[in-house]
Amino acid sequence: MLILECPCCGVKSEETEFHAGGEAHLKRFGPGSTDAEFEGYLFMRENKRGVHFERWRHVNGCGKWFLAARDTNTLEFFGFYPAQTHEPPQDIKDKISAKHPGWSWREFQ
Amino acid sequence: MSTRLSNGGRLVNKAKPVEFQFNGKRMKGYEGDTLASALLANDQMLVGRSFKYHRPRGIVASGGEEPNALVNLGQGGKFEPNQRVTTTELFDGLYATSQNHWPSLEFDVGAINTHFARFLPAGFYYKMFMFPRPFWKHVYEPFIRQSAGLGKAPKERDSDTYEHFYHFTDVLVIGGGIAGLAAALEAAQSGLKVTIFEQTHHWGGRAVVDGAEIDGKPADDWVKDTVQTLEGMENVTIRARTMGAGVYDHGYVLGYERLTDHCPDQDGPRHRLWRIRATQIITATGAIERPLSFAGNDIPGVMLAAALRDYVVNWGVSIGDRTVVVTNNDDAYRTAIALVDAGLSVPAIIDARTDGAGPLADAARAKGIRVEMGKGIAKVKGGKRVEGVAICLQAGEGAVIEEIKCDAVAMSGGWSPVVHLWSHCGGKLIWDEAQAMFRPDPSRAPTGDKGQPFVAAAGTANGNLRTAAVLEDAVAQAKAAVKAAGGKPKAGKAPAGSDAEEGAISPVWLMPQGAPIQLRMKSWLDFQNDVKVSDVQLAAREGFESVEHAKRYTTLGMATDQGKLSNINGLAILSDALDQAIPQTGTTTFRPPYTPISMGAIGGEARDELFQPIRKTPMHGWHEANGADFEPVGHWRRPYAFVRSGESVHDAVMREVKNTRRNLGLLDASTLGKLIVKGPDAGKFLDMMYTNMMSTLKPGKCRYGLMCNENGFLIDDGVVARIDEDTFLCHTTTGGAERIHAWMEDWLQCEWWDWKVYVTNATEQFAQVAVVGPNARKVLEKLGGMDVSKESIAFMEWKDGQIGGFNARVYRISFSGELSYEIAVPASQGRAFWDALLAAGEEFGVMPYGTECLHIMRAEKGFIMIGDETDGTVIPQDLNMEWAISKKKEDYLGKRAQERSYMASPDRWKLVGLETLDGSVIPDGAYAPAPGDNANGQRNVQGRVTSTYFSPTLGRGIAMGLVHKGPDRMGDVIEFTKGDGTFVKAKIVDQVFYDKDGEKQNV
Amino acid sequence: MSEAVSFLNGAEATHNGVTVRDAGPVGMVTLRGDLSAAKLKTAVKKITGQPVPGVRKSTVTGGKGACWMSPDELLIVVPHAEAAAAVAELESALAGGHFMAVNVSDARACLTLSGGVAAREVLAKIAPVDLSTAAFGAGDFRRTRMAQVAGAFWLDDAETFHVVCFRSVGHYVFGLLENGAKAGPVGVLA
Repeated sequence: MLILECPCCGVKSEETEFHAGGEAHLKRFGPGSTDAEFEGYLFMRENKRGVHFERWRHVNGCGKWFLAARDTNTLEFFGFYPAQTHEPPQDIKDKISAKHPGWSWREFQ
Repeated sequence: MSTRLSNGGRLVNKAKPVEFQFNGKRMKGYEGDTLASALLANDQMLVGRSFKYHRPRGIVASGGEEPNALVNLGQGGKFEPNQRVTTTELFDGLYATSQNHWPSLEFDVGAINTHFARFLPAGFYYKMFMFPRPFWKHVYEPFIRQSAGLGKAPKERDSDTYEHFYHFTDVLVIGGGIAGLAAALEAAQSGLKVTIFEQTHHWGGRAVVDGAEIDGKPADDWVKDTVQTLEGMENVTIRARTMGAGVYDHGYVLGYERLTDHCPDQDGPRHRLWRIRATQIITATGAIERPLSFAGNDIPGVMLAAALRDYVVNWGVSIGDRTVVVTNNDDAYRTAIALVDAGLSVPAIIDARTDGAGPLADAARAKGIRVEMGKGIAKVKGGKRVEGVAICLQAGEGAVIEEIKCDAVAMSGGWSPVVHLWSHCGGKLIWDEAQAMFRPDPSRAPTGDKGQPFVAAAGTANGNLRTAAVLEDAVAQAKAAVKAAGGKPKAGKAPAGSDAEEGAISPVWLMPQGAPIQLRMKSWLDFQNDVKVSDVQLAAREGFESVEHAKRYTTLGMATDQGKLSNINGLAILSDALDQAIPQTGTTTFRPPYTPISMGAIGGEARDELFQPIRKTPMHGWHEANGADFEPVGHWRRPYAFVRSGESVHDAVMREVKNTRRNLGLLDASTLGKLIVKGPDAGKFLDMMYTNMMSTLKPGKCRYGLMCNENGFLIDDGVVARIDEDTFLCHTTTGGAERIHAWMEDWLQCEWWDWKVYVTNATEQFAQVAVVGPNARKVLEKLGGMDVSKESIAFMEWKDGQIGGFNARVYRISFSGELSYEIAVPASQGRAFWDALLAAGEEFGVMPYGTECLHIMRAEKGFIMIGDETDGTVIPQDLNMEWAISKKKEDYLGKRAQERSYMASPDRWKLVGLETLDGSVIPDGAYAPAPGDNANGQRNVQGRVTSTYFSPTLGRGIAMGLVHKGPDRMGDVIEFTKGDGTFVKAKIVDQVFYDKDGEKQNV
Repeated sequence: MSEAVSFLNGAEATHNGVTVRDAGPVGMVTLRGDLSAAKLKTAVKKITGQPVPGVRKSTVTGGKGACWMSPDELLIVVPHAEAAAAVAELESALAGGHFMAVNVSDARACLTLSGGVAAREVLAKIAPVDLSTAAFGAGDFRRTRMAQVAGAFWLDDAETFHVVCFRSVGHYVFGLLENGAKAGPVGVLA
């Protein structure tokens, strides 16, 4: 069972306080988008064994959503950061690069 | 025979005799006995039957690794099957029965299987029960089910209680042998929080039995001193009878404490499940001795050498007068010496090695014990008890050189470190050729949330078999753990350990080396599941080359002991058969728990009233006292109907519908979600959340709205009231409040985080009552307060005011089609308000009604219900609700999806009303078949029923359903299945059955 | 108006020196807004007599104060009868700005749990929180999971825990705490 550290309230606690919310940094496509764009937004997801960016909510806590960088293979967390951002912070990307040189995930690397 | 010795037994208190029963026989033991030692002291060697062949089985080990000796323990509410006698502490009045035999332990009909053993090899069941096909269902399966399983399932409720406990520690040490104690002491001296668990009730592990010395004193004394020191330290939590059951991600560990198993009459929880977060974990879990594979090694009386020693030293119990020791290592010589020291006879030590035995062998010879090098056991003689052994050359094919009479055999194939906890969370192993064991690979430890290693094995569990090395390793691992946990280790050296020198082990996987098939068929690997050397070899021949496949094909290691004794021998045999090295074959996966833990401990407090949180409204107590027949709605319990004496539930529902339509009904609507949405962007936000336009709603007005997900499917509905320019109150479904609140927060926090909107879930702030029926206005007017006339508050309007002295918010909304007010008052006044309505309503024929009445009335009106008309694949357009979808809005959640070709297709199933021609009620969920079959050969379908009720108002069955192009087929008659092979004809009609023009609600 | 009735109408239970009590009606206001804004700070001070609490802290003493719920949310605690006035006060003090003040007094159940270290252990049976004295002291506030429901608690100067959960599950949380107290001490926390 994972331990997460909520960047909004600072609590470090076990997974049962949190709720996983799938992939992070999705760009919403609404009316006017092409079928391909909409399909990508709604259904296409990364499924790598390795570094992954994901959404979590501190549901049994401060109630805030936040994002996390996690290696789905080793379950290592590289960091937690606020949901109000369009890309992972540089310091987290650097931490990942130190462990997985040349990594990439969607448009990020 | 096995018996109690007059001397010895460091754990038993002979001043405190204890009485117990086994299979109805009264027996005597002492305080400090395990059930195993007490049974053996009473010459009860035979304790069970094996799973497949029903072979007689005796106790083979002295700890949690025991594969054979499982019993039913206790009676009635304290009955529990499959309890290992070796880990069951004896207490006065203990009641045990043996299992997996019929009619009796001594005479078991199923034992006939052993004579057919050559016809029941590995994979027999897979091969045999394939054909003929119909036999499986009617012959094979019933037969297998009857003979499957070991103990019986309990019949009564468990009368004990259990609990969880969340524990946080810097360093967790699992195992209370000398390695664990030394590691805990070292770690504790740093000042960090240290926790140490020992699974038995006694500390010190093997060292205290084997006579090691620590810091110049007997290990026993050092252990006592160390335990006392640890108990006195404030930063230390020290627990015996507590097993480290499993190690999981990020330092999560389950500890299993057995509080009252040894004193069942004591109050308090029976087991406590420790849910631990440890920064660093040290597994000082020792090692388990391996059996040797020779013919007849499963006959009662053949025991692990160290277990035999344990019974003599710890419990003063002799397994037999004459014990032959068979070994491939020096440690077993300790058993021979201990037996002779206890006054027992050891006719011979059979050592498979040709040479290499160390000083322990010299000591044995000096005691006059005959040592036979390069020999093995060709076979054990005896049936339910060892009678003798036939000796052969280990290097040969089993030609008997000599027979030796004996009544016990002590076997030792070397030691396997207990790597389970190390491996649970991904720790890897290396094969140590010199010591013939898998041990933890320190460079590949389990890693935690920051990628850091968080488990270290110490002592024997780390592959150190000698006392000095064990202690040095334990202290070194503890210092490293302290550092890794952020502490500062204290300077100092490990306690000095000393014991006898040992010669090298020589691995022996089969005895004798060239054993023919007759012997291999009698050489057991897995005693509980009856897997023999020949079975594993057969699996290899048949192509089950992966160890995981061979395991499942042969069932090796799949019994309740999970192969603690059998796995290494089995995979060595497999490696040999595949002609590959042992590390190439590898091990099967180690999974928690280490030994079985009780279901009660896993459940913890969650039973009876605390099994599940049942949500209660402020009026719940009234409902309970007034015949409510509850139904679960989410975690709420809502009254389905209020049943009066002499009524059936159906009668009550019919009465409630009729009364509400004719007079006055009250519904406890408190469970409906109430979300307050406020901010300058609230209107814009709700325009995105709902398919309707909410931003144009005027303060004081209400509007029914639909919510879809991004797939376009309906997820919730409810009435939205605009409170003021900036504030809306959104009603959700009963089950939807938390879900929709989270949904709104998700969009506000993660997508439109610059929009100024706050949401609060105020569901439980209010008790809400629907006052429904032609007399609704009359009762409110009688209670007095605000003006509730049509002129003051029209249909789909709301107002704050007072009713009968209660602060109330009144919504004129209707889910029944009747004149209806939904009135919200503070929850703390809810019950009083409900009581006031009942009292005032008496003269108007008031009756509370339940959810079924609500359903019938809404169905009569053709109103949809989320979860009935919707199932996660239904869009509003399917329900003919285009009127609730704004055409003006550029965007709302689900809009893009509803434009996809499949969603916009005219070919979809759409909502219609259904009227049976005979007036009967169609079964819920019934399908309407269509001509032809689909690609899978299944009957085509053209619709299904989503809501169906008997309408007391109309005196007939009514239904709604989704039907292929339904609205275009008004008046058509289609057939629905009734589930019993017959069909019912129904006419497609408008979904509104009652008061089509809505005149009744709008008065 | 009739008298306000709390979820268990003041029920109380004591086992092994640990007392669980329905704290009765408590005034509570959810305040959402910019917690660093001067106007909000002033209003909170005026209502509770205390400054805005720090992260995961409670300032509640003698039935008045505030708890830090999230970066943009406080739970204002006042006597039950004063909750409506507190909302009105906030509405007028913060008018014109973006905020939300909602009376949630009746939406929640408040319990107290006392009994020193034994009380800590009772809570540690249902919440995945380090409740040792070193990790959790007076004035600390924590939102977490309590067995199967969400809840929150703070510790006051008299070593009494104040536990808050949704009203509909108040009896469940009361039952959890009473059950834990009945089972007796674990003997770990000191």
